[in-house]
Amino acid sequence: MKFAVIQFPGSNCDQDCLAALNGIAGVRAEYVWHKKTSLDGCDAIVLPGGFSYGDYLRCGAIARFSPIMASVVEEARNGKLVIGTCNGFQVLCEIGLLPGALVRNRALHFICDLVTTRVEVADSAFTHGCAQGSLLRLPIAHGEGCYFADEPTLRELNERRQIILRYATADGRIDASANPNGSVENIAGICNREGNVFGLMPHPDRACEERLGSADGLKIFQSMMTTIESRRQQAA
Amino acid sequence: MKVKVLVTPKAAVLDPQGVAVRDAMKHLGMPEVHSVRIGKYLEIEVDDKTPNLDSRLNDLCRDLLSNPVIEDYEVVK
Repeated sequence: MKFAVIQFPGSNCDQDCLAALNGIAGVRAEYVWHKKTSLDGCDAIVLPGGFSYGDYLRCGAIARFSPIMASVVEEARNGKLVIGTCNGFQVLCEIGLLPGALVRNRALHFICDLVTTRVEVADSAFTHGCAQGSLLRLPIAHGEGCYFADEPTLRELNERRQIILRYATADGRIDASANPNGSVENIAGICNREGNVFGLMPHPDRACEERLGSADGLKIFQSMMTTIESRRQQAA
Repeated sequence: MKVKVLVTPKAAVLDPQGVAVRDAMKHLGMPEVHSVRIGKYLEIEVDDKTPNLDSRLNDLCRDLLSNPVIEDYEVVK
């Protein structure tokens, strides 16, 4: 199973993603430089965290025009699984594959922490290895992770069950005290309407080994693998 | 010619920078300040004879210079 990890100038979690994915049996992850124009042969696409183009103008604003992004959009429209973590989430919002936007953290600080998120949708392509309402401990590291969407968009996200992860307290409550960055409705991760594009501010790539503080990130990547495998079987 | 573009956060978007600056202004002796919104100002030098300047510039303001989800823009010539 082949995962493509897109590298933009300024990406800095590309190596984390590659190492985490290649540590999973059955996965082969490879870098794809942003100037490439093809993603043929990959089963899933990863947009890693970092500071693409130095976060100039807005986070992800310039990366979305990188040559590879036309292929990312095309593959996403064809149903391929796409996951964007942190800066990757910002790029997915900027290019319009996901609704809403990520703005400056409410408290203005860059936050680097291990947080609790609650799985709101347990039958998504990215979380069906998790129980509904289960908690994932995942690291965050961002200055612009405050998710914003207007009221109609939020209503649609809720109605269509596109809000996959919310920031939660250690005992699973969704309240202001658990919200690290001011995101509306404690949103930590959303998917598109079709369910094959997922963006989240936390870093599952940095939570794939217990010795890093959490291995909960594996559940997301393993869910993706199961999705890909079951699609293959359906196609066969 | 020089074109100026002003990009400002939409009213519904939290602007913590603006709030911090407003508080600093109050603290430094201007309690009359109600609010501050911080945006971006771009100065763009462009050929005078650029064909379809207005529409092309507006397209780029919409697609690159601002994010319509969170920002408004204004072109000043």
